[in-house]
Amino acid sequence: MTDTLSGAETATEDPKPTARQRRARSIADQAGGGLASVIVKIAALAIVDAIAVYAALVLFGHEQWIVLAAVVLVAGIVNWVYFSRRALAAKYLAPGLIFLCLFQVFVLVYTGYVAFTNYGTGHNGSKEQAVASLMASALERVSDSASYPTTVVEAGGEIGLLVTTPDGEALLGTAEQPLAPVDAGFDGDKAVSAPGWTTLQFADVLERTDQITELAVPFSDDPNDGALRTPDGASAYLYTSTLEYDEAAGTLTDLRSGTVYSDLGTGAFTAPDGTEILPGWQVTVGFDNFIRAVTDARLASPLVYVTIWTFAFALISVASTFFLGLFLAIAFNSARMRGRRTYRVLMILPYAVPSFLSALVWAGMMNQSFGFLNEVIFGGADIPWLTDPVLAKVSVLIVNLWLGFPYMFLVCTGALQAIPEELQEAATVDGAKPWAVFRLIKLPLLLVSVAPLLIASFAFNFNNFNIVYMLTNGGPRDSEAPIPVGHTDLLISMVYKVAFTGQTRDYGLASAYSIIIFIIVAVISVIAFRRTKSLEELNG
Amino acid sequence: MKVNSRGRFAAVVAMAGVTALGLAGCASDSANEGASGGGDAEAPSSTLTVWVDAERVDALQAVADAYTEKSGVEVELVGKDNATIKDDFIQQVPTGEGPDITMGAHDWLGELATNGVVAPLELGDAAGDFLDVAVEASTYDGTVYMLPYAVENIAMLRNAELVPEAATSFDDMIAKGQAAGLETPFVVEQGAEGNPYHLYPFQTAFGAPVFGTNENGYDATDLQLGSAGGEEFATWLGEQGGKGAFNTDIDGDIAKQAFLDGTAAFWLTGPWNVGAAVDAGIDVAIDPVPSPTGQPASPFAGVKGFFVSAESDDKVAANDFLVNYLGSEEAQLALFEAGNILPALSSAAETASSDPIIGGFATVGAEAVPMPAIPEMGAVWQYWGIAEAEIINGADPVATWQKFAADVQAAIG
Repeated sequence: MTDTLSGAETATEDPKPTARQRRARSIADQAGGGLASVIVKIAALAIVDAIAVYAALVLFGHEQWIVLAAVVLVAGIVNWVYFSRRALAAKYLAPGLIFLCLFQVFVLVYTGYVAFTNYGTGHNGSKEQAVASLMASALERVSDSASYPTTVVEAGGEIGLLVTTPDGEALLGTAEQPLAPVDAGFDGDKAVSAPGWTTLQFADVLERTDQITELAVPFSDDPNDGALRTPDGASAYLYTSTLEYDEAAGTLTDLRSGTVYSDLGTGAFTAPDGTEILPGWQVTVGFDNFIRAVTDARLASPLVYVTIWTFAFALISVASTFFLGLFLAIAFNSARMRGRRTYRVLMILPYAVPSFLSALVWAGMMNQSFGFLNEVIFGGADIPWLTDPVLAKVSVLIVNLWLGFPYMFLVCTGALQAIPEELQEAATVDGAKPWAVFRLIKLPLLLVSVAPLLIASFAFNFNNFNIVYMLTNGGPRDSEAPIPVGHTDLLISMVYKVAFTGQTRDYGLASAYSIIIFIIVAVISVIAFRRTKSLEELNG
Repeated sequence: MKVNSRGRFAAVVAMAGVTALGLAGCASDSANEGASGGGDAEAPSSTLTVWVDAERVDALQAVADAYTEKSGVEVELVGKDNATIKDDFIQQVPTGEGPDITMGAHDWLGELATNGVVAPLELGDAAGDFLDVAVEASTYDGTVYMLPYAVENIAMLRNAELVPEAATSFDDMIAKGQAAGLETPFVVEQGAEGNPYHLYPFQTAFGAPVFGTNENGYDATDLQLGSAGGEEFATWLGEQGGKGAFNTDIDGDIAKQAFLDGTAAFWLTGPWNVGAAVDAGIDVAIDPVPSPTGQPASPFAGVKGFFVSAESDDKVAANDFLVNYLGSEEAQLALFEAGNILPALSSAAETASSDPIIGGFATVGAEAVPMPAIPEMGAVWQYWGIAEAEIINGADPVATWQKFAADVQAAIG
């Protein structure tokens, strides 16, 4: 496409247009566009800009600076591109490029970044969040302590708690001032006001949520007695903490055992004996994830045979779907075949049903005791389609053949019809047999146009998570393997299981794996495309 | 290239517009969720954002509206797909974009706590008003994190037309079903990878829990699977598998169909399936799980509840909404009426149990034990079902069971 275009341009124009010619061309361009198109353009851009301005205002209100910058930048580029007279190519490319950046480049860059971090269960947020969470869960309500009906009071910007003891006594204290008896006004059994203090209503309490959540009123002068805190502004409880955070030293001390946990840069507080307390936080870990991906002892043995099966699956899938599709395409291309249109429509049907659904239906049909295949087709046979290691592999290939051949059929039909009839006639006149015509003439010509699609199909099947997940979920399980991997797992589904099943997620490891898989597929594709090129030259 | 340039212009510009919309859409979405946090910049009254299982939004709406009327706090319910709600919560809370409160199940607790995304919750004096199993399930490592609202457990559904009397033991159940002329009297959901949740009552009947317990709840260092009881259970499971009482080809749908068609008289399942059986016109009775040993067969209890986000800026309102409002009998009954599962609050549970089906599940639930929420349970699930499926399909029971226990021990470390 691009070749022919540039060829046409150089043919119609002189190599170097003069300044006059260029000016004339831009005038012609404008004249060609006409007033209507300018109005349409301005209206459309106005809509885009209006949306962008609205989005920018909303984002400004919520202090989302990065997204705001992106919106402003994109809006600026779009305006420049469509008002500029020079950016003709960009007018066509800009929307696509913007989508590319939004949905592909950003995702790739982010995956790459995650691969170098310890992001996963237990390393989910920032250090501040981890400390806050640890301190919050270290608070323990003093056992058998009473609950104190509470009123939140305020004086001179300072917040205090006015609590009623089980004996009906009113006590008041602040963060600085331990609880002390006070002469309070009661509403029923509950102290609700104290002289010199303003009683906060529920709405005021909500407005000061941050202060009230932080507020700890010492129970007495002795800090070991703990402090009163109120989670909801209506009741207070006596808490003691089991952890102490020393911000200057960056250490956490367990007050019961005296163990000091320090930050060693590994993303969690670590005791001298190596035990970590979770939650930790995210840190970059360099190539650790990549090293683990290829050296993890638990993964090493399954990794080898899963990789072999992944290659086998992708290659056999491409080959089987291609040859079945090609065979059908040739059959339906023959003028002697009757009802070709009906057959062609029928052939496309598997392609029209979503593959998720097809795989599930097949899984049902292949059920050993109740499946349609065993019950009806094989007359009550007891064939373990999905539970025998070898048969399960065969089943996955069969179902993938069912899902994949219509695409190849379409592609091959198109490519076959593009091969001139004369070639076949000439060969036949020369005395070639049909098989020779196919092998020596049609197939090479076909491969020139189809080979890139076969490579794409290989890349797709290499990562064909859907069919494995929906049909067998990787099963039958390899009970020898130390990780939950099965005999039909592909690399991608194994990665999924390693990183996302159970209660531990490991996004860093998963990202590292997906980058490794990407590199494998990319290398194979590059090599294959080089070969295709030589095929092209051979024929050309 | 100049052909039909007007049409293309319009199309191209429209696409650019869509892009800007997309960007703005993403941004304003997250901004809305964050808005709950910016209490002081917005209107003075707070807004609580609550993530709810999409199927229960309507059930909770009335309760949320009533709270708004009472306290002036806006409650914004966001329906979420139950399958993704936990992972979304874990990922979004640290970014500050998550909700103030999320609905969830108690067995998420270990994961949520390890990730530091939930805030402790003080039930105060109300703790005594809840069913013991509910409070136990809401506690992780000695701290309560969840306001429980419903307790779920499996029980034996019986087709009372086919078998009028409850079975006294597992063998009695099979015998009663066969006497009624059924080839497979009993079905339970399994599937190729097994389903330990549904087999657990039988396992407990042999005295083989997963973990031992200490004062803080389940103790991960005390794995009980490999005990003698575990081996006895495995042996029994192998025998029953040989007789066809358990079949790994039966998944949830096949089990359901067998019961609805009347080809099976007993179905071990949860309250979520009762509706389908009643709708099919079956006279359903809820029985305790028939024990193979004479010891009680205790199923797992799953407790549903609400968690407060560790990063919520409206913790006071969130605590008030959960403890003082959703923990009330009125709210629990309202949730029960909309969701039809046993409330976690004792008084509400008593009221709800007047319904024979709910009452049946509640009776069975009295024997139930909370499903362990400790993260080590993930390692158990990974191997558990597979080992059971292999035993059902004829693998050597004791050897398979011991390998399973060893695998789990190795994975826990």
